[in-house]
Amino acid sequence: MSGARALLARPAPLAWLALAALLSLALSLALGSVAIAPGELMRVLLGEGEALHQTLVLELRLPRSLAAFGTGALLALAGALMQVLLRNPLADPYVLGLSGGASVAALVAMLTGLGAALVGGAAFAGALTSTLIVFGLAHGTGSWTPTRLLLTGVVMAAGWGAVITFLLAVSPVERLPGMLYWLMGDLAYAGSPWPVLAVAALALVVVLPLGRTLNVLARGGLQAAALGVSVRPLEWTLYLLASLLTAVAVTTAGSIGFVGLMVPHMLRLRLGNDQRRLLPASLLAGGILLTLADTLARTLIAPQQLPVGVITALLGVPSFLYLLYRSR
Amino acid sequence: MEALATHRLLIDVPGRADGRPLDLRLAPGERWGVLGPNGAGKTTLLHTLAGLRPPRSGEVHLEGRALSGWRRRELARRLGVVFQERHDDFPATVRETALIGRHPFLSPWQQEGPEDHARAEAALARLDLSHLAERELATLSGGERQRVSLATVLTQAPAVWLADEPTNHLDLHHQVAVMGLLAEQAEAGGAVMMCLHDLNLAARWCSHLLLLYPDGEACWGSAEAMLAPAALERLYGQPLTTAWVDGAPVFVPRR
Repeated sequence: MSGARALLARPAPLAWLALAALLSLALSLALGSVAIAPGELMRVLLGEGEALHQTLVLELRLPRSLAAFGTGALLALAGALMQVLLRNPLADPYVLGLSGGASVAALVAMLTGLGAALVGGAAFAGALTSTLIVFGLAHGTGSWTPTRLLLTGVVMAAGWGAVITFLLAVSPVERLPGMLYWLMGDLAYAGSPWPVLAVAALALVVVLPLGRTLNVLARGGLQAAALGVSVRPLEWTLYLLASLLTAVAVTTAGSIGFVGLMVPHMLRLRLGNDQRRLLPASLLAGGILLTLADTLARTLIAPQQLPVGVITALLGVPSFLYLLYRSR
Repeated sequence: MEALATHRLLIDVPGRADGRPLDLRLAPGERWGVLGPNGAGKTTLLHTLAGLRPPRSGEVHLEGRALSGWRRRELARRLGVVFQERHDDFPATVRETALIGRHPFLSPWQQEGPEDHARAEAALARLDLSHLAERELATLSGGERQRVSLATVLTQAPAVWLADEPTNHLDLHHQVAVMGLLAEQAEAGGAVMMCLHDLNLAARWCSHLLLLYPDGEACWGSAEAMLAPAALERLYGQPLTTAWVDGAPVFVPRR
């Protein structure tokens, strides 16, 4: 049986999520300073409709919505991968200090007055540097365990947090709002959505065939090795891939917390831990969550905008706690 | 040819002197018991035999080829391990857990087929777990969880079984059932090695015994030869009384 058919054999949750993804995108296109009715939205998407609406939807809202979707998808997928890697449902790239490293690099770039593109590049370099530091130190003199990696990451994240506070304290006041927005995530400067969408699609192609192997890895390194998994190369692959996904997401939209931790966990409560279903579901649900959160961020107190990370936390925390409370 | 053999093998127990190198030969049909006090290195030995940790020196050969010459996947098709410790960090059902025993036989894109499911169901039935198939691991008792681990390896159906205290947490009936299952695997041409704490199960069910002493010394041979009360008393540092039941020795610790 092929992998595609494997997905089709249990289509219901994924089909529903795909439908919800389309609806969330449509909603984000329709809502804003000028609300657009569903009929007009259809006409605009088919290349008709008013010229003003054309510009609004196709040039302003669509790139931002797609960027939000792609960023959320990357973050959720990275979180799901990190959780298997560390055999810990509470792990995510943010806990491991990746976003901290990215944030420090981005803030330094902002302080030195570099342009938006260079801030993105600095964030990317910061995330990867943090990855290498954490993995290198956790590797130590040979003994490398999930617990040790998690602990190294947590300590690094705390260190980055202190550096961020320091940078904010010494920054000129007029730069603070931009920096704070970046730290809580902001899609206003996302630029072209195609990099995140392409990386998300590529990542899915890489991880889908790994699904059953990840199911075995979730049972522990020794058990996985006894069932024929080459554990160490697989763990390197997971870590580098999750780091790359986080770095691309951070570069696009700043540091948005919570998606990577929450989305896989919520899905696991409903769908179980079969990675062949959980990974694509995380991708879709992460995209949906961030698309909706960004729509709220730019409409709630319009014309002012909110950092999208505030919305993901405000939406996510109660629903997460509710699901956790409801589960056994 | 022997299924599993060691050549001048020294297991790596940190901080311990080398002791006696092991030259073991596990032939198909044999049931080996590994006996020794806590910390003697039983689990370390089993993991070394499975290629899960490197030896201090020497080699382990499966079907005449050094473990280093095997791909992990190929190894997992022939050699199965029942672990003493397990990590149930994520939710999973009993059925899913049995089914992962088929992992070494499936290619990355392949989905478990009817035959894989049939093997898993048969393994669950063999271990009295069919009625628990849909249950979450977290809701099982210790003995039930232990049987699920055995069901996973039974689904894997390896020629060499390495079982670390397979009767852990099991009630009397299931202890006997599991020893019967392992004996059955040996009769069908498998080779079985198990770490045991229960001398009497070892005396009853094992054809060969390996005694591991805490200082790294070791001796091995046929069960009749190894079940000398004096050697066992020295092994555990515990005086024993020997009784005979159905023509087999039964060892009872003296107060």
